[in-house]
Amino acid sequence: MTREEKRMAADPRPVRLLLTALALAALGLLVALPLVAVFAQAFDKGWAAYLTAISDPFTRSAILLSLLVTGISVPLNLIFGLAAAWTVTKFQFRGRSALLTLIDLPFGVSPVVAGLIYVLVFGAQGWLGPWLADHDIRIIFAVPGIVLATTFVTFPFVARELIPLMETQGIDEEEAALVLGASPLQMLWRVTLPNIKWGLLYGVVLCTARALGEFGAVSVVSGHIRGETNTLPLQVEILYNEYNYAGAFAVASLLSVVSVVALVLKKLLERKTRQELP
Amino acid sequence: MLAAFKKQSILPGFWPSFSYTTLYLTLIVLIPLSAVFLKSFSLSWEQFRRVIMAPPVVAAYQLSFGASLVAGAISAIVGFLVAWVLVRYDFQGKAIADALVDLPFALPTAVAGIALTSLYTEGGWVGRYLAPLGIKVAFTPLGIVVALTFIGLPFVIRSIQPVLEDADQELEEAAASLGASRWQTFYRVILPMTRPALLTGFALAFARGLGEYGSVIFISGNLPMKTQIAPLLIVAKLEQYDYAGATAIAVVMLVISFVLLLGINAVQRRSARFLEKAR
Repeated sequence: MTREEKRMAADPRPVRLLLTALALAALGLLVALPLVAVFAQAFDKGWAAYLTAISDPFTRSAILLSLLVTGISVPLNLIFGLAAAWTVTKFQFRGRSALLTLIDLPFGVSPVVAGLIYVLVFGAQGWLGPWLADHDIRIIFAVPGIVLATTFVTFPFVARELIPLMETQGIDEEEAALVLGASPLQMLWRVTLPNIKWGLLYGVVLCTARALGEFGAVSVVSGHIRGETNTLPLQVEILYNEYNYAGAFAVASLLSVVSVVALVLKKLLERKTRQELP
Repeated sequence: MLAAFKKQSILPGFWPSFSYTTLYLTLIVLIPLSAVFLKSFSLSWEQFRRVIMAPPVVAAYQLSFGASLVAGAISAIVGFLVAWVLVRYDFQGKAIADALVDLPFALPTAVAGIALTSLYTEGGWVGRYLAPLGIKVAFTPLGIVVALTFIGLPFVIRSIQPVLEDADQELEEAAASLGASRWQTFYRVILPMTRPALLTGFALAFARGLGEYGSVIFISGNLPMKTQIAPLLIVAKLEQYDYAGATAIAVVMLVISFVLLLGINAVQRRSARFLEKAR
């Protein structure tokens, strides 16, 4: 018997069928149905209504703002992720495990609190509020605040993917490159980055999906100014609260397409990442 | 002193990457987070107590806790079943089912919120079958549980899956050949083996549920004292420019989630050591 056959043999066929049916029903009802509902509601009134809803100028400016914010936050966290993973996986130093815990910290913070902390620092009544007002710099209720909140929420994503991968890979290959006379940059480009490229891309995909979709943190710092500080998820909320359900679900369907693409990429990259493991 | 801080290594770039990591971490995360704690010190203990003991706030904490616990428990049971089926059985469309598990991670919370609301209102695809039974989901605490289960499920599944995959099936075979029934094997062999992972998944789902905002506020209806969750109260206080009040509620939530996070880390470290010994 192969390993696979042995696995199956442990449970009799009726049990297998019953459990599989139950699990698929649960996944379908809890997870797949909401996704189907988004598209069904978006196209409820037909293609023409859908196109009108998503070509609204406020929706268009929300798309641009979401792309801008994601375009800043993701590279920032990408560079951080690389530096953090290099530090904690290739060296032994005191406080290493404390640093690991601190990197995960944003996962434990409610998105709403993530927005609140920047209001307390940069808001009108915050630490830097008076100074910023004197110099006519707006951070809260403006784009920089949205970028900061998004960066906080997506902070650990790249680091989280790279750390376990680079830890299993160890330091042998890098040491060999250096002993053979490679410069640090050559080592980075020829050894380290090629070794982690799929894992890195995977982290970036997760980070991007989350950055585009972040709602709670952004909603606290954005001020909801239409055409100026409204991201795509906030646009969904505004349309929904105005009882424009077709519009809200049309915009939501755009975000859903992004997340489905992210899932497909994830599935493909997972296979590649596994090949990177020694 | 420096030599004692870091073990020697021929690899370059420790100091640049270490400094950059700590600087970025300090600027983006640590300083802003400390602002919450410092701001809460501007309240006297009495004022702080009055904010967090106000009846709507207590009701919101109870609701957030209760709903997250129930949703975490449902996620743990359903998640175990789904993980078991995905690891142990083969069926058509398994890859799609496996990919679907991550949807709640990837789908923006606001999108999940309006989608779940449309499903569970009285005229919705699911709500219309529950309404004749007298079960109301949207705009009740039950709706919050549904949203938090959606959010929590992948945490449990992704925690258990690798453990089930690595589990040595010879242990199960040994149990069976020693005369254990399949149920006894499950209860005595499989469950103890997966318990740390199950606990981690549950705690992650619970912690995420406590702070969750986007997927909940649409389906909950936000009725004062009935379906207002704690994060919503923070937003409400902020909208009234009551920064100190918002901060007081936030501090309590932060302390709870940090304690949970430390607990999860401890469980993971212990089970890692356990697995290493077993090898």
